[in-house]
Order: sequence, then C-alpha cells, then structure tokens
Amino acid sequence: MSTIANTIFSPELAARFDHLVTIYPVKRSALIPMLLYAQDEIGYVSEAAIQEIAARLDLFDLEVRSVLSYYSMLRTKPAGKYNVQVCTNISCMLRGGYEILDHCKAKLGIGHKQVTADGVFSLEEVECIGACCWAPAMQVNYDFHEDLTTVKVDEILAQYRSGAKETI
Amino acid sequence: MPKLVSHSDETIVLKRRFGQGATDIDKYIELDGYAAVRKAIAQGPEKMPAWIVDTMKASGLRGRGGAGFPTGLKWSFVPKGSTKPKYVLVNGDESEPGTCKDHVLFLEDPHAVIEGTMIAGLGIGSKLGFIYLRGEYRYLLKIVEKAVAAAYAKGFLGKNIFGVEGLDFDIVTQTGAGAYEVGEESALMESLEGKRGIPRIKPPFPAVVGLYGGPTVINNAETIAAAPHILLMGGPEYAKLGSERNGGTRLFGISGHVERPGVYELPMGYSLRKAIYEVAGGIKGGKKLKAVVPGGASCPVLTADEIDVGLDFDQMAKAGTMLGSGGIVVLDETVSIVEFALRTIKFYQHESCGWCIPCREGTDWIMKTLARVYEGGGQKKDIDNVQYLAENMMGRTFCPLGDAAAMPTLGFVKKFRKEFEDYVEGKRAGTPVMTTEHDLVGAGH
Repeated sequence: MSTIANTIFSPELAARFDHLVTIYPVKRSALIPMLLYAQDEIGYVSEAAIQEIAARLDLFDLEVRSVLSYYSMLRTKPAGKYNVQVCTNISCMLRGGYEILDHCKAKLGIGHKQVTADGVFSLEEVECIGACCWAPAMQVNYDFHEDLTTVKVDEILAQYRSGAKETI
Repeated sequence: MPKLVSHSDETIVLKRRFGQGATDIDKYIELDGYAAVRKAIAQGPEKMPAWIVDTMKASGLRGRGGAGFPTGLKWSFVPKGSTKPKYVLVNGDESEPGTCKDHVLFLEDPHAVIEGTMIAGLGIGSKLGFIYLRGEYRYLLKIVEKAVAAAYAKGFLGKNIFGVEGLDFDIVTQTGAGAYEVGEESALMESLEGKRGIPRIKPPFPAVVGLYGGPTVINNAETIAAAPHILLMGGPEYAKLGSERNGGTRLFGISGHVERPGVYELPMGYSLRKAIYEVAGGIKGGKKLKAVVPGGASCPVLTADEIDVGLDFDQMAKAGTMLGSGGIVVLDETVSIVEFALRTIKFYQHESCGWCIPCREGTDWIMKTLARVYEGGGQKKDIDNVQYLAENMMGRTFCPLGDAAAMPTLGFVKKFRKEFEDYVEGKRAGTPVMTTEHDLVGAGH
C-alpha cells in the first residue's frame, strides 16, 4: 500500500517511492531519482507526476518544476519508444559522430528532439555520454552502443524496430 | 560493452580485477576484496581513523577528478569533534568530454568503489556514504546497486559491520539526470539534496560544511577506488609507483585519432608521447599529429611539439596545461582547430548553469563569435574579442566551469592564432565536418 492514496504510478513504483523517501537524511533528496523513475514508467514527466511527487516530498509543484527544468535528461513531453541519443562531442566528433547523427536523421526522417510519426523512435544530439574511448557512440534509452558505423547503426535500429532487442 | 585494452607498459593496480568477474562479491573477496577494510578495522577503534588518513597521506594520492588535491590531506580537514553527522560523497558524475575511466571502473570493479567509500567513512568517522553516478550510467547504477546489496547481505554494510559492535556504515546510490555542472563538488551536493545543480560559494569548504550542513568528504570514484589498494600495499609503496609528489597510477582514457583508443593504467609521470605513440598505438592511419587535449576538454591544448612531458599534475602545470581527468584526446593533421574550439565552447555554453554572469554570458558570446569566424563571416578583431572574453571569465565565477571554458579557448586562440586568421581570410585549415545544418550556436540544444 502506497502512502499516497490514488497514486498515478504502478504499485511497484509507488512502493519504490515509499522506500526512496526514507533512505536519505532529508526526504527531498529523493526528488531526482523519483523524476527519473516516473519518466521511465510514463515516458515523460507529466503534470500528474509532478503533483504526486511534490505531495510525496512536501514540496510545492513549482519546486519540482524548477529542478525538472534544470536536468537535460528529464522531459515534459513524450519521446519515442526508443530515444536515440547520438554524441557529437569532441572524441565522438573526431571519429565520425556527426556522420552518425546525419545518418540517423536521414534514416529516421526526423531532426533533433523530434519523434517519428509512428512514435517508435525519437532522436537527440547529446553532449558527451562517457564513451569517448569507444567513439563514435550513442545511447538508445539507457543502452550504450559503441564503435559505431552507419552500417552498425542500421542494424541496431532494425533490432529495436523489430522488437528483437529490448532496452534496460 | 566497452572493450578492455592492455599494454605492456601499464602498471596495474586499479585494473587488477578487471575482466575477472569481480562484480560478483565472492570473486571480489577471492581477489583480496574487503581485505583492506578488514585491515583498517583490525587497527582497533582508537587507532583506525588516524591510521587510514596517515596511510592515504603517505600514498601521495591526489584527486583523480581533475583538481589533484591530496586525498589524505582532504580527509584530515574533517573536524573530529563535529556534532553534525559526517558524510562521504563519491563523485561518479563523470562528464568531462574525453573522460570515460569511471565508466570502466564501475563496470569492472564496483566493489572497489564501495570498499573505498567505507574506508573513507571509517577514516573520517562517518556512518553514511553516497555514490552518485551520472544519469546516463543507468546500467552501471544497476551493477553498483547489485554490488551494494551483496555487501549488505554479507554484513559488510549496515549495522555492526564485519561483526564489530557499534560500527555502522550505510551506502546510498543514485544517478543524476544530465548536467555537467553537477560534477563540481558543491553543485553535486545541491543535486543530491534534490535541487538544481548550481554551485555554492566557498568557503566554507565541504569538509567543514557540506551535505545537509554536515562535514563531507567528496572524492572522485577513481580516487575512492584507489584507497583499498593503498591500504593493502602501504602508502609509501603506492607512492613509489608514481612520480615526485604524484603518488601511484591512474586511469588514462586515450581517445580521438589513435590506433588503439582505450582506458590504460599508467604510472603518474609517464611520458605523454609514449602514451600516444606506444600505448595507444600511434596516430590512426599513420597520419601526423596536430595537437593533444591532455586531460579532458577543459585543459589547454598542447601542440605536436609539446608532448615530451610527464603525465602528472605538476609537470602538466609546468607545461601550461593540466592533467585534469586523465582524458587524452588526440587530434591528427586533418582537424580544424577553429571547429574543435567551437565544438568545445558549444559544450560549455550548453552546460553553463547560468548562475554566474561571466560564465553564462562569456560562453555564449565566445560561441557566437567563433561560429561567425567558422562560417567565414568573421573579422580579425573577433579573435581578439574571443581572447578578451575568455581572459575576463578566468577566476570570476563561483565554480571552475567558467575557467574550464576559458582555458581551452585561450589555448586554441593563442597557439593556433594563424589558423583563426586564415578562417577570417577565407582559408579553412583541416577538413571540418560541422555545417550550418548542425546548429552551430546550439539554438535547438
């Protein structure tokens, strides 16, 4: 039983949130993990999620919104089922990161922060993801893909599209 | 999955358990895991804290996040008689472009980070540690969470750890949600407290007033992971592996135009030239070296003639740059320095948290001016202006992000001025890849 009546989250996530607020010396510390996990479940951070998280942490909605708007991985609109994030920062740029980005744009027919019409993919150009020694690299949701070529990107996208590959 | 690499010149300390399945706690224990924390506890409750801090001091270990502050000294700053709870905060918010060493560390040896966190806690008298990873490292968080749960199951974490009455230590793990700035220690504390990641003014330093107002030791994940090895081998033995005033080894991520990019463990003071030409196999495709960004994107560039320098904090400072986070980015002759400088400042402009005006405005104007030069509409005075802006950002912000943006900019403009002037005159060096299609000033970023 969640401490919040009529929670918008699944029973598992509600239980996880009940626990999260107890592990820090100050309950507000759970805010960023809660926003991430809410986004993982809903696909984005919705108005209802903001309100419930604020209630759970005894914060104003505004305080939650202020934190939400700061972090680049948090979004208030749905992304595709598979969010393709291509790094073009220095180490990736030197090894073809822009070529990979352009290829993804052409292949998916969308630009930065856009979603395909069928909602399967979205695309983002992102800053360094910490895979510099295996560049060029990208993430699909939380999965890393390294040492990319345009051929490899095609294979990866096809695997997600066909459902042969699930993200973590 | 990141490829593991090796080279005969490596000195293996931190990588000792890599590739051996040490994410499993039993395997970790078989490979001397949790022996260091047991050794510390065996000193007895009276002697233990001082023994830990003294051993760390003797090791000559300096912070691997980039600042290079002596770790033992930092731990010794925590007031002993504090009435407030003390905390250990492990910075795994690895975000400096060119840096992916902690990525491999969490992947291959998460228990070393956990054991190091416990050691720091026992050294300063803390009962709670936090391991904070960057948001993109969710799969690594899962690995660390599993390792923490296994340590609890063995009684290594929680109440009465290792069966010692009254000795408690807990670890909380979490990730951020995408923000370079949060890698700065005071912004990291803000983020962990559930706030926007903006820096705090210093002093007071975290060792005195940190998380939740309590004394806090904040160390990079690699620094923390070195602690168990140091306690097992002894401070002086570890120190001997490195160079003068730069103890031990560190993980260097060599990326860019080299034949064998990867994370290598080299002794402090190792030759940068050898790291590029021998360890990483030389320049990709037999091309000529043009420049090296030696310690992550914020470090001033070295030209091809300046690489006969030892990789430690002091020698790099003497060479006019920094050892930084150990991310060595190698640029071959095809690189356009103007483009590289623009891509670098575009990153810092995107990541500036906006709290300090010199950083917020400086990064934006440098980016816009460099974009103009890059696109061919620049004037000579734009180059002077970029330099002027960068010089005026230096030392005028709460946190080092302003400096981190200004320093590489100054390096590029001063060392490759001719190339910027050529761009103004319509001559483009190298083979740039960014076009106006690529959102040069980050408007849609």
